[in-house]
Amino acid sequence: MAYSVNICQMDSESDFENLGESEPGQDSFQLVAEPAVSTQRCPQTLQMDVFRECTRINTEQLPLTASGHMRDETLDREQMNSLQRHRWSAATLKVLASMPSRTAGINSAAVIPRHARNLSRLHQHQTCQDSSQPSRPMQEDFVQANIEEELSNEENKKEQLVSILRGLSVSEGMSKLRASPLSLADKMEVRQLAFSDVAESSLIRNIPCYSRLSMSVSRTWHHCLFSCLPVLTSLQLWHSPIKRLSGRFGTGVLSYFLFLRTLLLFNLLLFVINGLFLVFPQAVNPPPRPHDSDLNNFTGLELLTGTGYLSQSVMFYGYYTNTILKNCRAVNSTAAESPDLPVCDSNKPQKVLYSIPAAYFFTIAIAFFTICIILVYSISKAFGRGFQVLKSNGNLAVKVFCSWDFKVSKKTSVRLQSEKISTQLKELLSEMFHGENKKSCMQRLCRLMVQLVAWAACLATIFLSAMAVHYLSEDAIKSSPLKETELLLLAAVVSGINLLLPGLFNLCAWVENYDSPSVLVYVSIFRNLLLKVTIVGVLCFRWLGRIAVEPKRYGLQCWETFVGQELYRLLLMDFIFTVLYTFFGEFLWRLFTKQVLKRNRMPVFDIARNVLELIYGQTLTWFGVLFAPLLPAVQIIKLFVLFYMKKSSLVLNCQASRKPWRANQMTTFFISLLCFPSFLGAAVSVTYTIWTIKPSSGCGPFRNLTTMFQSGQQWAQELENAHPILSWLSRAYNSLLENPLFLFLAPGVFLMVIYFHTQVIDGQRRIISRLEKQIENEGKDKQFLITNLQAIHERSGLVSP
Amino acid sequence: MGTTASQLGKDLLSEYQELTFLTKQEILLAHKRFTELLTKDEKDLPNTRVPAERILTLPELKSNPFRKRICHVFSTSEQKDGSLTFEDFLDLLSAFSDSATLEIKSHYAFRIFDFDDDGTLDCGDLEKLVNCLTGETDETRLTTEEMRQLINNILEESDIDKDGTVNLSEFQHVISRSPDFVSSFKIVL
Repeated sequence: MAYSVNICQMDSESDFENLGESEPGQDSFQLVAEPAVSTQRCPQTLQMDVFRECTRINTEQLPLTASGHMRDETLDREQMNSLQRHRWSAATLKVLASMPSRTAGINSAAVIPRHARNLSRLHQHQTCQDSSQPSRPMQEDFVQANIEEELSNEENKKEQLVSILRGLSVSEGMSKLRASPLSLADKMEVRQLAFSDVAESSLIRNIPCYSRLSMSVSRTWHHCLFSCLPVLTSLQLWHSPIKRLSGRFGTGVLSYFLFLRTLLLFNLLLFVINGLFLVFPQAVNPPPRPHDSDLNNFTGLELLTGTGYLSQSVMFYGYYTNTILKNCRAVNSTAAESPDLPVCDSNKPQKVLYSIPAAYFFTIAIAFFTICIILVYSISKAFGRGFQVLKSNGNLAVKVFCSWDFKVSKKTSVRLQSEKISTQLKELLSEMFHGENKKSCMQRLCRLMVQLVAWAACLATIFLSAMAVHYLSEDAIKSSPLKETELLLLAAVVSGINLLLPGLFNLCAWVENYDSPSVLVYVSIFRNLLLKVTIVGVLCFRWLGRIAVEPKRYGLQCWETFVGQELYRLLLMDFIFTVLYTFFGEFLWRLFTKQVLKRNRMPVFDIARNVLELIYGQTLTWFGVLFAPLLPAVQIIKLFVLFYMKKSSLVLNCQASRKPWRANQMTTFFISLLCFPSFLGAAVSVTYTIWTIKPSSGCGPFRNLTTMFQSGQQWAQELENAHPILSWLSRAYNSLLENPLFLFLAPGVFLMVIYFHTQVIDGQRRIISRLEKQIENEGKDKQFLITNLQAIHERSGLVSP
Repeated sequence: MGTTASQLGKDLLSEYQELTFLTKQEILLAHKRFTELLTKDEKDLPNTRVPAERILTLPELKSNPFRKRICHVFSTSEQKDGSLTFEDFLDLLSAFSDSATLEIKSHYAFRIFDFDDDGTLDCGDLEKLVNCLTGETDETRLTTEEMRQLINNILEESDIDKDGTVNLSEFQHVISRSPDFVSSFKIVL
């Protein structure tokens, strides 16, 4: 039994390794022709004339046992354990190099025939000249046959690819071709072969006119679509500034700016929804002016406090009426109220009916629902990207293969990146091989004490600041005619706390000297988050628990407008303080360290802190949409300016961080922070407000109702009355959504689905570990075979190892 | 099918767009940057091959420690000197673009890291890779002992069939565990 395999030649050298006499009777293997260089592009095969009489060979005759010991000699254990190039002969090396696992990726089908063709011509030339060695002509003929066979093999491979592509539809085939690792020239060749025939054959057939027309229409439509899509993606906002930043600072800082862009898009969506359905109709039909408004003196301070002119504008809740907008006015209304509308004719049917209260309620509800869906979708996508079925036993390999960021192009940043990777690797290696630093009991106790003290200090400061905000807010309300500057005081204090305390937390964390940088990041994020949640919680309690419940006690006609104004002030103050901090903090600090301290280290951009500030601002916006529908517009302007400011501050004042930043994991974490405390908290507060709190009776679209939710119910009732067909809808709603059984059933079903999925993942894990064992066994088989072949070869003495 | 340096034909442009992961703007920008690398008399020839030294003057590649390997891998020249035609350049940008698939990126990353071009990553390849990553200075380079430990660990984690080398499938298996790979294996002009 002879296994014959062919070798293809890459080299133009006629370097034949003469393996000596090939006697037919022996069980040996001989090689015919071989290249001396890289076998990269050529799926080689080997001519083996082995096992000619394989029946004679049984395990006793094999020179090596399965456990790798020589029967009559001892061999180096290490050699057995790997297929490294220790003492293999050139022949064995060629076998190894041509194994399918090592040529799996190399698919350049078109290059080989050219080379082989050149080689064949060269060999033909040589056979004429060289006739000294009798065995050569035979071998060369053999080689010739091999080359031609190889040529045809490669042609077969290309034919295979072409036929696969023909079997698919054009778009699928194109995407498969695009995703194949060939060079562009090869791809164009394959494409011509695969798709030109399709085009030809379709023309040959007699196609009726209409289907030809429809084909051309669909082709132009696809062409338009594929040419529009790149335009849409390149319209991405801030594409080139972000690219420049990533080139200099890497992926960590990039994630902050991408997060900022995402928030901007959220706010834009909110603004568009609100604007179209809420602000625009009300702005077009302004309500009659109240008598006690003083609009004449518009001061600049009003822009900051939101009082005065702004409070009577479409910005805040109080402006909106509880009327139904019609395109004609009622018969008995005076001309003064709505002078522009013609009188309604009761004979003609009422045309445009737009109920502002219902619009307000449903717009807010639908906006929140949309954002919820988008957030849940992005979280699940982010989690899905980072989730691995089988937890690996270490991540050194991942770090070595995946941590180089090719986007970084500036020389100093490249050097910094190298330093970062080197430090990481050294730390990981020392951790692995020297274990944790054996600290003495005293040191550990000391460290524990320091950590406890730091935590106690942080919690105490959080508590104190919450108390301060609480008392300040109570105090501010008590003095009833509120001066404008006093209004700003609360907002300023809150922003100041939010700015200064995280710096203190960072200092504490630095003192505590955590071992791993990721623990440090998480600890400081947690403290910062706790601070912000506490402050927002105190403010919410103040608004919903105090002011909303007893507005008269605080002398407020319209508490919703007041809450809206407070939120507006908080946002603005936050922005002003950020600007001041960026300018004074980072810029002046850099000057200080350069001029006075004469150090070259610039401050590092604290990604976690900045992202948490963005999340805080977004929480306020979401909460405030109910009370000030134009608040997203303010946030949009703020984010826009913040982008350019942070970008220039970064470029001027900061340098890339030396610490590692796992961008994908942190982005997932931030999006989930955006969803869970931030959006969920805002949604719960808004729901609570809508469901239970009595709206003020003097202003807003929900006056004279017990709760805001009632407007939705009323609207549904009116709709049902107008169109009795829809009564089944309301019956379905009542029986389903307000039925507790349904509410239990739906989560029950979800829980079961989740349980099934976790079981599936467990099963997959087991299968993966079994497959890994199987691959390991196959690897052992491979080693066994190759070492035995080599040993047989050596034993028969044909080739010196 | 050659490209004269002066302009890119419409058919050729749409063909490039279909066969690579680049958008039309990216292809045109690549064409512009490529023609800037050509000398005056080279501009008139079709399908000119730019030597590696000139390609490596591009700012996106200048400081990259893998720049020579990148040129070598994407080059289709028969002398294996790393010179690139315009189509090779497009191949390069396509593999490093935003929309390239994980399979393409991991395939080319494997070939870039395979310093001796033998189809697997053995100890020598891994050592050269780590030295490229950690840079040139003495303080960032790993000691011999650390390098040995590192390579042993890498092989232990990623060599599933225990043959002492990391082949393409094992490499792709390791890559699939890192969600950051796709975003870091990117070069944008």
